[in-house]
Amino acid sequence: MRGAMHARWAACAVAVALAATACGSGDSGSSDAGAVLSASWGDPQKPLEPANTNEVQGGKVLDMIFRGLKRYDPETGEAKDMLAEKIETSDSQTFTITIKDGWTFSDGEKVTARSFVDAWNYGASLKNHQRNSYFFRYIEGYDKVHPEDGGKQSADTLSGLEVVDDRTFTVELTQKFSSFPDTLGYNAFAPLPRAFFDDHDAWVKKPIGNGPYLVDSYTRGSQMDLRTWADYPGPDTARNGGVDLKVYTDNNTAYTDLMAGNLDLVDDVPAAQLKNVRNDLGDRYLNSPAGILQTLAFPYYDDAWNKPGAEKVRKGLSMAIDRKQITDTIFHKTRTPATDWTSPVLGEDGGFRDGLCGESCAYKPDKAKKLIEEGGGLPGGRVTITFNADTGSHREWVNAVCNSINNALDDERACTANPVGTFADFRNRITGHKMSGPFRAGWQMDYPLIQNFLQPLYYTNASSNDGKWSDKEFDGLVDRANQETDTAKAVALFQQAQEVVRDHMAAIPLWYQNGSAGWSERLSAVKLNPFSVPVYEQIKVS
Amino acid sequence: MGRYVLRRLLQMIPVFVGATLLIFLMVNVMGDPIAGLCGERRCDPATAAQLQREFGLDEPVRQQYLTYMGNVFTGDFGTAFNGQEVTELMSTAFPVTVRLTLIALLFEIVIGVTLGVITGLGRGRPVDTGVLLVTLVVISVPTFVTGLLLQLLLGVKWGWIRPSVSSEAPFDELILPGLVLASVSLAYVTRLTRTSIAENRRSDYVRTAVAKGLPRHRVVVRHLLRTSLIPVVTFIGADIGFLMGGAIVTERIFNIHGVGYQLYQGILRQNTQTVVGFVTVLVLVFLIANLVVDLLYAVLDPRIRYV
Repeated sequence: MRGAMHARWAACAVAVALAATACGSGDSGSSDAGAVLSASWGDPQKPLEPANTNEVQGGKVLDMIFRGLKRYDPETGEAKDMLAEKIETSDSQTFTITIKDGWTFSDGEKVTARSFVDAWNYGASLKNHQRNSYFFRYIEGYDKVHPEDGGKQSADTLSGLEVVDDRTFTVELTQKFSSFPDTLGYNAFAPLPRAFFDDHDAWVKKPIGNGPYLVDSYTRGSQMDLRTWADYPGPDTARNGGVDLKVYTDNNTAYTDLMAGNLDLVDDVPAAQLKNVRNDLGDRYLNSPAGILQTLAFPYYDDAWNKPGAEKVRKGLSMAIDRKQITDTIFHKTRTPATDWTSPVLGEDGGFRDGLCGESCAYKPDKAKKLIEEGGGLPGGRVTITFNADTGSHREWVNAVCNSINNALDDERACTANPVGTFADFRNRITGHKMSGPFRAGWQMDYPLIQNFLQPLYYTNASSNDGKWSDKEFDGLVDRANQETDTAKAVALFQQAQEVVRDHMAAIPLWYQNGSAGWSERLSAVKLNPFSVPVYEQIKVS
Repeated sequence: MGRYVLRRLLQMIPVFVGATLLIFLMVNVMGDPIAGLCGERRCDPATAAQLQREFGLDEPVRQQYLTYMGNVFTGDFGTAFNGQEVTELMSTAFPVTVRLTLIALLFEIVIGVTLGVITGLGRGRPVDTGVLLVTLVVISVPTFVTGLLLQLLLGVKWGWIRPSVSSEAPFDELILPGLVLASVSLAYVTRLTRTSIAENRRSDYVRTAVAKGLPRHRVVVRHLLRTSLIPVVTFIGADIGFLMGGAIVTERIFNIHGVGYQLYQGILRQNTQTVVGFVTVLVLVFLIANLVVDLLYAVLDPRIRYV
């Protein structure tokens, strides 16, 4: 069977090369709703539990096999009701959630209020050590099921969750949080079937969800075959027969396989191929903005970076970086110079403001030098940029940033790059507060809200505030924004908070990252969502 | 013979313990593995503590090592961070790598030794100079260059093969990766055999065999080649271990999910259990391959005896 498939593949590859005829089982030219495409994948780091997956590769699968209360529109990023019929609140603190009728899991079980409440309780409970637990921290009772100070867990379920009837449950938060409903599109909030709790090992081996695809077979570490679920009750039915996700250790090999006709879709074009990609693929290549921002963060636990005047040094450093040149030459325009601390995927209404950073993010070498001198010079006369050297071609851009700074300051030794061997060790040094200068910080949004770009990163003691920046004015504005029930007003308050970040240059924004994808001639209608994940269910295979 | 083997097996114990201890310590020095688990985010302290307890990382290193070794002897190699048993990872990775290694070894032995004999017998002739030049090129070009080049030519340009190996990794798909993996060793085997043959050709027993009137192929295969193979067998024995553990580059290029791939991921994710487990098995492979090589000496050269 397998051998026969290979033979067909080879025949197809030859046919495509010779005459560009369509392959697969369908007629040539028209799309075939039953045809299966193959796509590149990376081995997820953890079991595919929704509340335990916080990286893209596992997220890809969850996005195919689960549907939550809300779903982010693949094009605009707007949170739209999926399973939610209505989410009502009068005070932005207690929410009543009603689920649409007719949804089931692929094993036939009905999706009820309990499916959500059980899943959220599982995700929050310390004893299940789920990495996304903190998404439930705003729910009443979180401190009992997940004591963050290391104390004993004194409850198994969140007291803020209550099932009213089959299709209704209520959520009580510890504080006002007006955009809470919009966060519910995140994977951690997905419903879970009883099978997950009853036979957890079997579930992890072959996850069961309620999305447009079913897991047909899963070989850990090498391949997952997903097939369209014929009885999918949702509106976004898949337009293809399924997706075979193949694990590639090296995205260069995936790209080679795409060129040879062995693979249909690559969603991460390797940096080394960026200059050939237009020649190789023509218009079968996509490069679109994703909700990823790269910044340089600072260690505010180090007095040298926290003293008065240090913000001038930080602004000076920011102005010494020639972002445009670096994004053009090193990244071949797959990054866009950043002019604020959010992302273009939010859109103007969502809070993105082009040029908010103003002069401070423009390349002005003379002014940079003057500002740094005014601020008392670089601490110790020099600065090191720490980064992890194992992934993502960080070395190239860090060196370029350093060169740019050195040129602006006329000092060959002003800036040096400080590589750390592995990502794990890099994180270790950050959490151990061992940084003495700026360090690489990347932020991939969890959900397309301006809140997600600011609060986790700059709020006092927030989960990803690695530099320990703290500012009362910022915290106050964020608190007010979260209490604001009117979305437009909330966004305006968040923008004000962002201006505080700008005035202090809490972190230097570098560039917005784009997602990229390349595909074979069999595919059409390939799109990337704001999380730079292909919208698999919309892909047509001919 | 029996006593010799027993003595060698006993000697393996301290080597085994020492090697695993060193690896265990080295992986530990790399730092706290939990920090990398939560992505770009800080793990919240409660979850981190819980994970540390689960993986036994809160105990002193000495205690961790003893517990680990105790488990290893009962066949439990621990659990990788992605929730899979390390033994399960091994059972998928080792068969693939063993197949790859077998193909590579076959290339080394068949092509390497044949070329060695031809050039050794015809020293100074054009065929000798030609092969010498080719081996020089093969030795000096890094494996990843050969690998990527062949992959591009055969896989993309001419379409003869699949550029990547499927997850089942059957023998036929592993031929090219095997050849790439073997290329450098193959060149060494050729050169070793050549020198050895050329040297032994002038020895007394070969002259005697020729004088007895034995046919030429019998002289070459039974008398000349047999004793000439001793340095080659030593090299190949040590090479088995290198091929199995050192295939990281080749496995990456051809997307083979074997031992090299698991080790690479284990190191990147600072996964002590995976790294130590796989290296422990590799250490065993090394030790056993060496023992087999030593025993083969006696078979090849009747003058060598073990008591």
